[in-house]
Amino acid sequence: MTPHSSSLLHQNTNTARRRAAEVRFRAYGLLAVAISLAALLVLLLSVLSSGLGAFRQTVLHVPVTLTQTVLDPSGTRDLEAIKTVTTLGYTKLINAALVDTITQAGIRIDGLTAAEIANMVSKAAPAQIRNAVLGDIDLIGQTIHVPLLANGRIDGYLKGRVTMETAGRDSKVSPRQLQLADAMLAKGLISKPFNLAFITAADASDQRPEAAGLGVAILGSAYMMLIVLVLALPLGVAASIYLEEFAPKNRWTDVIEVNIANLAAVPSIVFGILGLAIFINFAGLPQSAPIVGGLVLTLMTLPTIIIATRASLKAVPNSIRDAALGVGASQMQAVFHHVLPLAAPGILTGAILGLAQALGETAPLLLIGMVAFVRDFPDAPPAGLFDPASALPVQIYNWTQRADPAFAERASGAIIVLLLFLLVLNTGAILLRRRFERRW
Amino acid sequence: MTEFSMFLGLLVLAGFGFVLGRGRAMSLVQGDSRRLHSLPHYYGWAVVIRTLRPAIVLLILWRAVAPLGHWGMAAVLVLAMAGLHWSLPRSTPTFRARNLVERGVMGLLILASSVAIATTAGIVLSMLFETRNFFAQYDWRAFFFSSNWTPQFQGNSDLGILPLLWGTLYISFIALALAVPVGLFTAIYLSEYASRRHRAIVKPMIEVLAGIPTIVYGLFALITVGPLLRDYFAQPLGLGNSGSSVMTAGLVMGIMLIPFVSSLSDDIISQVPQSLRDGSLGLGATRSETIRRVVIPAALPGIVGAVLLAASRAIGETMIVVLGAGAAAKLSLNPFEAMTTITVKIVSQLTGDTDFAAPETLVAFALGLTLFAFTLCLNILALIIARKYREQYE
Repeated sequence: MTPHSSSLLHQNTNTARRRAAEVRFRAYGLLAVAISLAALLVLLLSVLSSGLGAFRQTVLHVPVTLTQTVLDPSGTRDLEAIKTVTTLGYTKLINAALVDTITQAGIRIDGLTAAEIANMVSKAAPAQIRNAVLGDIDLIGQTIHVPLLANGRIDGYLKGRVTMETAGRDSKVSPRQLQLADAMLAKGLISKPFNLAFITAADASDQRPEAAGLGVAILGSAYMMLIVLVLALPLGVAASIYLEEFAPKNRWTDVIEVNIANLAAVPSIVFGILGLAIFINFAGLPQSAPIVGGLVLTLMTLPTIIIATRASLKAVPNSIRDAALGVGASQMQAVFHHVLPLAAPGILTGAILGLAQALGETAPLLLIGMVAFVRDFPDAPPAGLFDPASALPVQIYNWTQRADPAFAERASGAIIVLLLFLLVLNTGAILLRRRFERRW
Repeated sequence: MTEFSMFLGLLVLAGFGFVLGRGRAMSLVQGDSRRLHSLPHYYGWAVVIRTLRPAIVLLILWRAVAPLGHWGMAAVLVLAMAGLHWSLPRSTPTFRARNLVERGVMGLLILASSVAIATTAGIVLSMLFETRNFFAQYDWRAFFFSSNWTPQFQGNSDLGILPLLWGTLYISFIALALAVPVGLFTAIYLSEYASRRHRAIVKPMIEVLAGIPTIVYGLFALITVGPLLRDYFAQPLGLGNSGSSVMTAGLVMGIMLIPFVSSLSDDIISQVPQSLRDGSLGLGATRSETIRRVVIPAALPGIVGAVLLAASRAIGETMIVVLGAGAAAKLSLNPFEAMTTITVKIVSQLTGDTDFAAPETLVAFALGLTLFAFTLCLNILALIIARKYREQYE
């Protein structure tokens, strides 16, 4: 080794090198943390910026006169007869109302055709008016003020997705329609209020992204979470109690433990294949039903709950069990009357975290048939558990597969809703843990 | 009579059995429960078990063979009533009711535990069965060794796993290349250098990344990362013009795996005893030298296990690659091209319109079995390495 002179005045070169290495190493660590946090920030910002727009929807404030001659020619106010008037009839009323409103406001756009005026509203608008009339027949003959959903492209214009130059190349909207929209905006005939229907309405077809909502998906997810809670929690706790407290420690239980640890790490798509092969093909349950989704998710959540419950049971000190046995309890009484209540907070926390994980799963649900377009709300349980339904993450996936760019905004908005639910669940779990955790 | 009313009838009989059984035991000791062998409610539950057990056994056996029908439901109810009639006189003070009930509860617990085993058995059996059907229609050598994946509607498809396997491994490699260094260094910084307050703030934020569902990452890849990479890297460099590529999916999957690797490594690093660090620092090493020469080598088996688990997770991931990597099966080295994986093809073959018994659909089961076997081997390997090379410090 080359002798270095030791001096209090000049730093030894070796030491300087080692110091520099230390600084570099620490910098790498800080860089890694910065990368992780930056990734999180970019992810959240990207989701928020593309999704927040979905919570406001462009509507037209056009008073529609419900002419009796069109809707109820006989004048008898017979509900069945009024129901025979399809949305085509209402479309005529809406077109007339639009033309009236525009001329009354004094808006003139050169070259604007009647078809373009009629196309300003969404194809779902006639159904809106029809539902309002069927809900209250006495409205016929009056002029109602129902905010009509605007066309998806007009909505995109007010949100910045569509511009004058893209409209020139777009077959679904023309620059004149955008000018009309500007003029109507100036007169207060168009606005962008908060869109509660995004959360409550059912899904809509490809032509009507403006009417698409999350109602069916949220209900389907709720049903599935209910099934997971009712099935996975008792099964998981029962299995953990047996494995932790009563099972003899031999080769067989060792295999079971390895088995459960493996199940927790199996890719979720394999559970989807299992669900397809056993629940749908073998047992004949209906495709795309919450019951099948709930069963598949139960099997996925079971290992998580078992692992969390075993950890909570292990954390209860043996002195509790010994004391219970000492005052004359049987082993089962000691477990159920003393150990289980003390382990309950940890078990509940694990269950909530397992539920949160199950809420975000998509792949297994795709395989059991939830890719289809579901228009109607499922009934109340238990019959409704066998109706076709959707789920929140599956709905997001479905919307990303559609061509209209308005659906990308809706998918991001749905992600915001999903993340909010997960935030509530995870915060609940953390608060539960903080409030009831015991340090032995 | 409907099945619902049969179950209602069973419930009513059980309720009666509970009240009468407990009441009879208590009346035989003139209300002094100390003279009973077990607590009073155990006598009630014992009668319930003896009432319901034969009826439920008959129900399951009958149902397995044929639908119930009126005779079946009547038989179940009659058996329950017979059970009630037989068990009531036996509800005496010396009868060991609690033992019976606890044996029954133990049976239920064992049944619950067997669900976990049944799940694994179900996974393996269901895939094996359909895979056998697939290999009856398609040569297994062509499946494992062909490098073409071109399913056709009319049959005569080329279904080779190699392009899919290549895509899977390539994307996982890129994901691990991002996640392992960043995750490991994050864990090292947070456990060795960061102050307690910083750690308490930063660690939960990184855990948030772990809790985000993969569909969100998939959409992130589709909407943000894909176009970004295409516009700023792939097109200027002339390497490709697709938003979906191996790089997109790999980067986003790496971001998803960072908290996984970080938290596992953190656990392992904090298990290394402080005495090793103190000894190294006492000999004059800097903190980074201690970490590099003492702590990491001591934690290495666990870290290797964590990396293998992360690899297993990356290989089995579906939504990120479905949305971020595209559907084109090819064997290429260009990371900016769209290459698909095993999981994407499982989804597309099972949700397509082809007939279920056709090899194009059954291949999904063969793919699933391969995937399961692969991840199982990785998980077991991780477990073996962690157990075998773990140092016992105490």
